Amino acid sequence: MGIDLPLIWAVVIIFGIMMYVIMDGFDLGIGILFPFIPGKTDRDVMMNTVAPIWDGNETWLVLGGAALLGAFPLAYSVVLSALYLPLILMLFGLIFRGVAFEFRFKAKEHKRHIWDKAFIGGSLVATFFQGVALGAFIDGIPVVNRQFAGGELDWLTPFSLFCGVALIVAYALLGCTWLIMKTEGKLQELMHNLARPLVLVLLAVIAIVSIWTPLTHPEIAARWFTLPNLFWFLPVPILVLVTTWCLLKAVARNAHYTPFLLTLLLVFLGYSGLGISLWPNIVPPSISIWEAAAPPQSQGFLLLGTLFTIPFILGYSFWSYYVFRGKVTHEDGYH
Amino acid sequence: MFNLQALDLARMQFAFTVSFHILFPAITVGLAGYLAVLEGLWLKTRNDTYRDLYHFWSKIFAVNFGMGVVSGIVMAYQFGTNWSRFSDFAGPVTGTLLTYEVLTAFFLEAGFLGVMLFGWGRVGRRLHFFSTVMVSLGTLISTFWILASNSWMQTPNGFEVVNGQVIPTDWLAVIFNPSLPYRLVHMSIAAFVATAFFVGSSAAWHLLRGRDNPAIRTMLSMAMWMALIVMPIQIMVGDMHGLNTLEHQPAKIAAIEGHWQNRGNEPTPLILFGWPDMKAEKTGYTVEIPYLGSLILTHSLEKQVPALKSFAPEDRPNSTIVFWSFRVMAGLGMLMLFTGLWSLWLRKRGTLYQCRPFLYLAMFMGPSGLIAILAGWLTTEIGRQPWVVYGLLRTADASSNHSVAQMSLTLVLFVVVYFALFGTGFGYMMRLVRKGPKTNEGAEISHAGPVQQRTPARPLSAIDDNGEGDHRLSLNKKGN
Repeated sequence: MGIDLPLIWAVVIIFGIMMYVIMDGFDLGIGILFPFIPGKTDRDVMMNTVAPIWDGNETWLVLGGAALLGAFPLAYSVVLSALYLPLILMLFGLIFRGVAFEFRFKAKEHKRHIWDKAFIGGSLVATFFQGVALGAFIDGIPVVNRQFAGGELDWLTPFSLFCGVALIVAYALLGCTWLIMKTEGKLQELMHNLARPLVLVLLAVIAIVSIWTPLTHPEIAARWFTLPNLFWFLPVPILVLVTTWCLLKAVARNAHYTPFLLTLLLVFLGYSGLGISLWPNIVPPSISIWEAAAPPQSQGFLLLGTLFTIPFILGYSFWSYYVFRGKVTHEDGYH
Repeated sequence: MFNLQALDLARMQFAFTVSFHILFPAITVGLAGYLAVLEGLWLKTRNDTYRDLYHFWSKIFAVNFGMGVVSGIVMAYQFGTNWSRFSDFAGPVTGTLLTYEVLTAFFLEAGFLGVMLFGWGRVGRRLHFFSTVMVSLGTLISTFWILASNSWMQTPNGFEVVNGQVIPTDWLAVIFNPSLPYRLVHMSIAAFVATAFFVGSSAAWHLLRGRDNPAIRTMLSMAMWMALIVMPIQIMVGDMHGLNTLEHQPAKIAAIEGHWQNRGNEPTPLILFGWPDMKAEKTGYTVEIPYLGSLILTHSLEKQVPALKSFAPEDRPNSTIVFWSFRVMAGLGMLMLFTGLWSLWLRKRGTLYQCRPFLYLAMFMGPSGLIAILAGWLTTEIGRQPWVVYGLLRTADASSNHSVAQMSLTLVLFVVVYFALFGTGFGYMMRLVRKGPKTNEGAEISHAGPVQQRTPARPLSAIDDNGEGDHRLSLNKKGN
């Protein structure tokens, strides 16, 4: 048996999207938390914790898009057409919040509120529609003749809308625990107080999604509740509960780093649950990674470049985080 | 009719978003290179003028870069949302090349950008310079891959088509396809020249207002050296690019020339001006120069240039547009060359910084490079029509099946949002330009030596406004 290239590529893309969710998750979360923190200096600090790195975080999204096009062109073309409006609206959200990073510090005093709103609105819209797209993806995408064969508003279901809300909660918690790690003083205290309710809401949201998914998607239910699979799947909810419990404890004892790391774990668990539910379909419910794969000439050549560059990328990305390590304070911004 | 309309809207949307987008990377490529040179010169000569200019332009760079990033994400997704049949067909090639762009260029830029913009004082001088160079290198690597992808769509090579999908057979032939070298050099130079004229225009604006200091003079001087030295090369490369196009896409050349029919064995004249009419199949109101068409395109006085009528009507690109877009590009190129030559003459006479007519010209030439880039891309992309992948896939067969309503909605959104946001961003860039370079910016850190200073002395946005700069300057004076 040769190398199963589509399998490797599925893993690479899953890894890339997970990197995106985790990394842009916390900086989108900062925008979602902006409304809770009205003070200008605190908002400056919040933005400054991610200003040097948000662009790198978003690059993982571009990698997801480009690699999907290169390695699974059929999936890329079908999924992106099917999720047309949510994706376009997500892009608009990202545009508004992306320019807000620079424009906010550039605007005249009385106009700054515009970019604060762009940052909040953009972060909310981008996150919400990422969740909606995810929900619609789980709902499944009909394909005929290698083309999306559904309606334009197929993505608009109660389930997908709820997934949008769920992702807002998840990113908010990522942002909240990130700020606990990166700030100090009053802002950190505010985030500490916010963390506990956010964890509980997120737990509730995860529970609802976990019940809703098998109820409305019989093929996923069949996958979860048949016997060998059940054993694979059972650790996920248990680990989620354990992680949540540890997270609440960490917040209660005012830990600085642990809450963020545990939130990452929580997101990772949710993500892996999703993977287990859909694998090996890249366009649910019917197109597998092997059917959608680009020819081996493409996937092989791509893999060469990926294996060579990813270690470097992780290396200098880590270095950049290292340069900007430590707490960000008001003094950083305003001497 | 229904379908055609949705297709038209998809094409308009792509043209609109990509035209907006290209302006930002063009300036990014040019400014990143400029910043690397400035920082290198500062490290080498310790002339603080270079450091001041570095800080000045890095703020403008930051605004521009941010807009480039967000408008670029749109491009990465638009292939799938709007052009799904193209993506499925050509994804094995173009998707692979784009992925290489992300892996080798975008991450490199993003990884070092934070340190470049916010790390002055957090890392040593050499490491900071290294970061600037890496960002600049990233922009050039990015240029390489995206042009490899576009050039492959213009002159596909190294592939076979199996079951309605492109299968790459020889990656070197795919990447180094016949038009890549010319397009790559032509566009890279264009980015640097466009930036040089932008920089030169800023300097001219300040000089015309009587703001004269070494930093502003250096800006004008460097910009004009660039124009003088590089414009002749650019025109030569453009000529070679044209010959390459004649070889691989003769219909495009015929459309650019507005040349419909060869008469007997008569050499092809050059139509300087005219109005190509696609319906009447002729070019009206022409001003022609005999022999010149043959001379330029075949470098001979006998050989003929292919004519539009030798291609089936459904295979002809729109000559009316490319005829004029090409002339706008070439005309601006000549004007840029002239500006460079004039600057040399003034430099010799020692009046480069005083000659007001010249300074006015340099100021108005500010957007010339960007307009030329847009005109050039319109020429080559519309000239590729009716194909999206030349000779393989027609544009009409490449789109997704979206409705007119949906396409209209998103197009309107794009137009409104882009003009509002990027218009504002452009306004901010202009405001920064108007402020001009500040003396001794970043000096507080350089005096502290290469040892890391833990707290950055300026806001963690690459740009700060509202007079904080002056405030900081006065603090420095106290500190020193």
